[in-house]
Formats: sequence, structure tokens, C-alpha cells
Amino acid sequence: MIVELGHFALVLAALVAIVQMTVPMVGAARRWPGWMAVAEPLATLQFLLVAASFAALTYAFVTSDFSLRLVVLNSHTLKPMLYKVSGVWGNHEGSMLLWVLILALFGACAAWFGGNLTPTLRARVLAVQASISVAFYGFILFTSNPFLRVAEPFPMNGEDLNPLLQDPGLAFHPPFLYLGYVGLSMAFSFAVAALIEGKVDAAWGRWVRPWTLAAWLFLTIGIGLGSWWAYYELGWGGFWFWDPVENASFMPWLLAAALLHSAIVVEKREALKSWTILLAILAFGFSLIGTFLVRSGVITSVHAFANDPERGVYILAILAVFMGGALSLYAARASAMEAKGVFGLVSRESALVFNNVLLAVAAFVVFVGTIWPLVAEMAFGRKLSVGAPFFDAAFTPFMVLLTLALPIGAMLPWKRGNLKRTLQPLWGVLVLALAGAALIWTLQTGRSMLAPIGFALAFWVTGGALVDLWKRTGRGDMSSRFRRLRNLPGADWGKAISHSGLAVTLFGIAGLTAWESEDIRVAQIGDRFEHAGYEIELQDVSRVPGPNYVSTMATMAVYQNGREVAVLTPEKRDYPVAQMPTSEAGIDNGFLRDVYLVIGDPQADGGWAIRTYIKPFANWIWAGCIIMGLGGVFSLSDRRYRVAAGARKRRSAATGVPAE
Amino acid sequence: MKRLILAAAMALALPAFAVTPDEVLNDPALEARARELSKELRCLVCRNENIDESNAELAADLRVLVRERLVEGDSNDEVIDYVVNRYGEYVLLKPTTSGANLLLWIAGPAMLLLAGGVGVAYVQRRRKAAPLAEERLSAEEEARLKDILAE
Repeated sequence: MIVELGHFALVLAALVAIVQMTVPMVGAARRWPGWMAVAEPLATLQFLLVAASFAALTYAFVTSDFSLRLVVLNSHTLKPMLYKVSGVWGNHEGSMLLWVLILALFGACAAWFGGNLTPTLRARVLAVQASISVAFYGFILFTSNPFLRVAEPFPMNGEDLNPLLQDPGLAFHPPFLYLGYVGLSMAFSFAVAALIEGKVDAAWGRWVRPWTLAAWLFLTIGIGLGSWWAYYELGWGGFWFWDPVENASFMPWLLAAALLHSAIVVEKREALKSWTILLAILAFGFSLIGTFLVRSGVITSVHAFANDPERGVYILAILAVFMGGALSLYAARASAMEAKGVFGLVSRESALVFNNVLLAVAAFVVFVGTIWPLVAEMAFGRKLSVGAPFFDAAFTPFMVLLTLALPIGAMLPWKRGNLKRTLQPLWGVLVLALAGAALIWTLQTGRSMLAPIGFALAFWVTGGALVDLWKRTGRGDMSSRFRRLRNLPGADWGKAISHSGLAVTLFGIAGLTAWESEDIRVAQIGDRFEHAGYEIELQDVSRVPGPNYVSTMATMAVYQNGREVAVLTPEKRDYPVAQMPTSEAGIDNGFLRDVYLVIGDPQADGGWAIRTYIKPFANWIWAGCIIMGLGGVFSLSDRRYRVAAGARKRRSAATGVPAE
Repeated sequence: MKRLILAAAMALALPAFAVTPDEVLNDPALEARARELSKELRCLVCRNENIDESNAELAADLRVLVRERLVEGDSNDEVIDYVVNRYGEYVLLKPTTSGANLLLWIAGPAMLLLAGGVGVAYVQRRRKAAPLAEERLSAEEEARLKDILAE
């Protein structure tokens, strides 16, 4: 019964979305206030309906309702509760339902917090947003319905969720990613609405920025979670594989970062308008391309959970309609977006143009590399691979250029700057960065340039961010400067924190890649061996039953200078229902290094294959992601974005009807 | 879903676990070269994994093959050529620059030049543009501006 209600709610939500897509759009064109005003309650209603539908599916998973096909295929009574819930989105159909839930949530948020938008723009934004929803409701209902029943007799139990997905890191990875992907739909809706409206001004830039910021922030956390999961779960401590599906999330991230910066130029200087609109369209386009890559089966990958060509064709059609429509509209209207701001060659505006060039081209490189195997096979009949070595070589230079320019660009004044004056407070940072790099170069055993370069760039960016913050406090004595530092706007803090987070991540990557060390051996129980300054003792290996798996668990003690540092329990788990083993590394997390132990197979002579890794600065990679996200939160908290909400309350209290 | 589980099981359920102790060469210099080469070769039955990281049996065979060639005295390029001759260029994670692949390699730099050129042209235009006369606000906008400023 509850499942049927959920199904019904989803159909109703689709109908509501169809009305929300058309009525306000017509209303905005004809200036009929009543028709436009329909958009807001409909957006709320649509969200409530999808939420009910999602709750119904969750209920089916939680109660292990094996009359539902999806539950049979992806759940099991013995599965821990957390994974029963996360199992809802651990499959194609359920994850699409989560996708439309978030889509409707963003639409509803635009209705709830969009009080400061002009009525026509608000109506159009909500209508465009609803049109995206309609496309995905159709996709779900016609090709991927999660509410299908199985024929009686119902199975006694389910086939279990893919064990790789039964992990806390991965339970929350998809929701964050979708919040990011779908968040970009808001930027898209704003861009299309502005094109229809024929007007892009500073206010538009200010409205679009928080949405983009939120999307980028969620993408950052989502990608970070995925990378962290890969690190501890796949068994060799890699953190990024340039897998097509990772790339699918990375391209929107790069474009969202570019959009974030170009929207500042629109907001502050009323320039770069048409480029910003194009970016907003493309960023969401890449979200859709990501969806297509993951779900069409065109490119195989760890994450590709649906390989049904029919679905692929449907998503391709959605992509073609929305990108084709938006880009045609753009071609017709973009020339009307007259830039106002005038600025010199050396200015913040130019620096942000440079930032956008680098980020957009970097995204392009990732895109070309990702689809090249497809192109080469279809156009040239060559079956080939494009893997990590290509991306490392082709992508890294962009990050180096970006971080080299970042502190200078971030401190240049608007309109017209003086390079010498901007560089003046940065010389100290530069000298220290280079000195540190030289020190590292001499101290390490002369293997790679990676670590010194990584350190210098990270120090340069972080130091630059600190100098920038300090410079913003103006002149005067220390105490008043510190007071002013505390009172700097959230956006200033957000900028410094996010840039530092990027630096922390880059340093983590460089340090880990350059200094990682590894030991592979066979150890008998009771053996004690030395690796990179640590002594490791294999104390015991035993079979331990888990809720829905059996584990082979080793107990290993790690010593440093004769003192016990940690006792780790690397495991190999066997999931009998899903017939699949997973590896759980034993990791001692540290500020400067991780000790990472993996147990392999029993050997003929009674020993166990053991891998020991020392992974320097590994945690910096994800700490950097968190810091970047934190910067996003600071920026979002900036008072300027809240002005809108306050203004709305006052006006509606005073007049009750939006002025038109 | 079935197919994914099957594919995943194929890749993960087989006995080996990436580089096993018995594969490691005694000569550390040769072993280091083998590891480097392994990172550029694709495990043919896996999803985007190199043979150094893969647990599949076929990857183990390739790892042993690479080490055999190295022990025989092959240079790195000779080993790669040998493997490519046997398995085709699909095995290379770093595509060659031959033929159409040149497009792949120059796509980035070419796009950077193009985008950089457009960027510079745009900045030049903005630099020379005469400041537009500020458009007057409409009465409605004026009222809202007042409202916001009064906050």
C-alpha cells in the first residue's frame, strides 16, 4: 500500500511539474501576476510529493519488502540498517529518485528564498527548473521505475547490495555528489531565465553565486568522500584514478569553480556576462554528460550501474534537448549582454579571466581524454585506452599555472592594478616558498621534483592567502588590525580558506606521490619485520563473522623506536550472498603519515602475503577538501546574501503583494 | 546489476592480490623499473586499472611477463613494444602520439592558446571600451534599492 502511494505521489509530482513548467512561463511572458505566482506553491508541492515518494521507497528498503523488485536486487535482511537506507540510492532507479528529490528541493529553495528576485525572473527560473524535473520524471517513470513489483511467490530474501557500496564513506558519497550536480541545475535555470528575460546585471550575478557556491561545495565534499573511500577500501591506497566516472564528477567541479569566479566579475563589475551565462549552461551540461556516462554503459567503470542502452538514449535525448535549446537561446540572445565595466590589462578582472581560461581548458582536457577511446574507436577504428599517465601529464600543468597565478590575481585591485605594488607584500612568501623547496630538494634522496614543487606552490598559495587577509585589515596598530580581521566579510574569509584548502590538497597529493614507500612480503604469524623506520609484527590471523559477511582478520602491531604505535586489523571480507570479497585496509591515520596495512592470501608454507605502505601526508588530501568546503560555507554566510531574505520579509509584511 | 556484480567478481574474486611476494624480482633496480612499466599497462579484463594495482589473474601474467623481459635485458621501450605487439595498443594507458592520437595530445595546448587568445582579445576590448553611461534605474528598481539599503 505504502509503495503504491509512493508510486502515485511520483506520478502526481510529474503532473505538478508539468503545470509548473508551463503556467508561470506563460504568465511571465504576458505579465499576468496570478499565473506567475502559481510557481511558488507548486514548487513546494512538487517537493513534498517527491519527498513522500522517496520516503515510501525508503520504507520498503527498511522493512525489506521483497515484493519490490528493486529491494530484492539490492537488499538483504541481514544487511545493517545504515546500508538498508543507503541501499535506496545504491542502485540506478533509487539514485534517480534521489536525483529528482534534490532537483525539487533546489526548486523549492528558490521559491522559499527567492523573495528578492523580480517576479518575472522568479517565475521563469522555477519554470525552467520544473522542465528539468519533467524530463527526469519521464525518465524514471518510463525507463527506470523503482516501484515495480515482482511476481508471486515473493523471494524469501534479497540478493544484497554490492559489498563495495556497504561502507559509511560511500553511503554518503552519492547524496553529496547529487547535491552538487543538481545544484548546478539552479545556475542553469538562472542562466536560461536570464536569456529569456534578456537581462543580466549585477543583481543576477549576486543571485546565481550562492547557488553555484553551494553546488561547488557539495561537489567538493562528494568527490572528497569518494576519493577517501577508494583510498581505504580498494586495498592499495590510491586516491584518484582518472576513471571516466571520476572525471564525470570532476569536470562539473572545474566548471563550477570557474563559474564561481566569473560570477564575481558579473556581480562586481558587470563584465564577462555572456561568458558567465555560457559557463552556467555548460556546467550543468557536464552534469548531464556525467549522468549519461555513468548510466548508459557507454564507458565501463566501477560506478557504471546501469548498462541499458534504452536509458542511455533517453539521457542523451535529455542532454540534446536542454543543451541544444539553451545554446540556441544563447546564440540568439548573448549579443544583447552588453558589458559595462572597463578594466586594464593588469586588474582583478583580467586575473579572473585567466583563472577561467585555465579552469575551462583543464575541464576540456579531461573531457577529451575521457571520450577519446570512444572517438578513436568510432572514427578511426582504433581500440585504445586513455589512463592516468595521460591525465597526469596533460592536466597537471594547468594546476601549476593556476596556483602560480592565484595569489597575485587574488590581490590585484579591480579596474586597474600595478603588478609591482601587488607583488611587493608577496616577495617574502615567494622567497620562503623557494627556500623551503630547496631544503626539501637537498634533504630527500634526490628522487623527484614533485615534492619540492608541490611544497613551493602550496606554501605560495597559503602564504599569499594569509598576506591578502592581513593586508585587508588596513593600517594602524596590531590590536585594531586584529579586530578588523575578525570583522572581515565572510566572503573574504571564504576566499582565503578555500584557496588554502586547495593548497593543502595539492601538497598532500605531491607529498604522497613523491614519498610513498611500499613493502611486499610473506610473513609467518609471530614474524616481526622492518619497513621505513617502523617495525611491524604479524600477531594473529583469525576468522571473524560479521553481520552479512565472514572476515579474515589479521592482528598486526606497529612499533616505532621499540614503542608500540598502533595495533591494526586489516581484513579480507567475504560476502556470501553477493559472492564477492572486499578488502579493508588497517590504517593508522597520522598528521604526517599513514601506516597502511593490507592482508593478502595464505601462502603454501603457512604464511600470509602482507603489504605495508607508509603514506606521507595522505590525510592532507581530504583535509584540504574539507577546508575548501569550509571556505564555501564562510562565503555563503556572507551578509550580502542574507540581505535578500531580510528584504523579502519586510516587503511582504508591508505590502503583502509583490510589487509589479 | 547482475553484470556489474559478475564483472566485479571477475576482477576481484580471483586469488592473486596485485603484486604478490613471489613476483618481486631480487634486483631492486629491475623491480623498480618493472613497477614503473606496470603503471603504464592496462589490465585487459578490468575497468581502468593498471596491472600493478589489479588483482586479476591476467594482470599477474602480464606482470610476470614484464619482469621476464626485463631480466632478459630488454630496455623499457622494448618491453612496451613487446607487450603492445601481443595485446594491441589497448593495453597502453598512456596513448601513443601516432596518427589521430596527435589530436588528443595537442587538444589541451591548442585549446589553451585559443582560449588565451580570446581572453586577451576580450581584455583588450574592455580596456579600450568607453565607459557606458550608467543606465537609469526604473522606478521599481529605485524603490527596491531603497528598501535594500534601508536594511
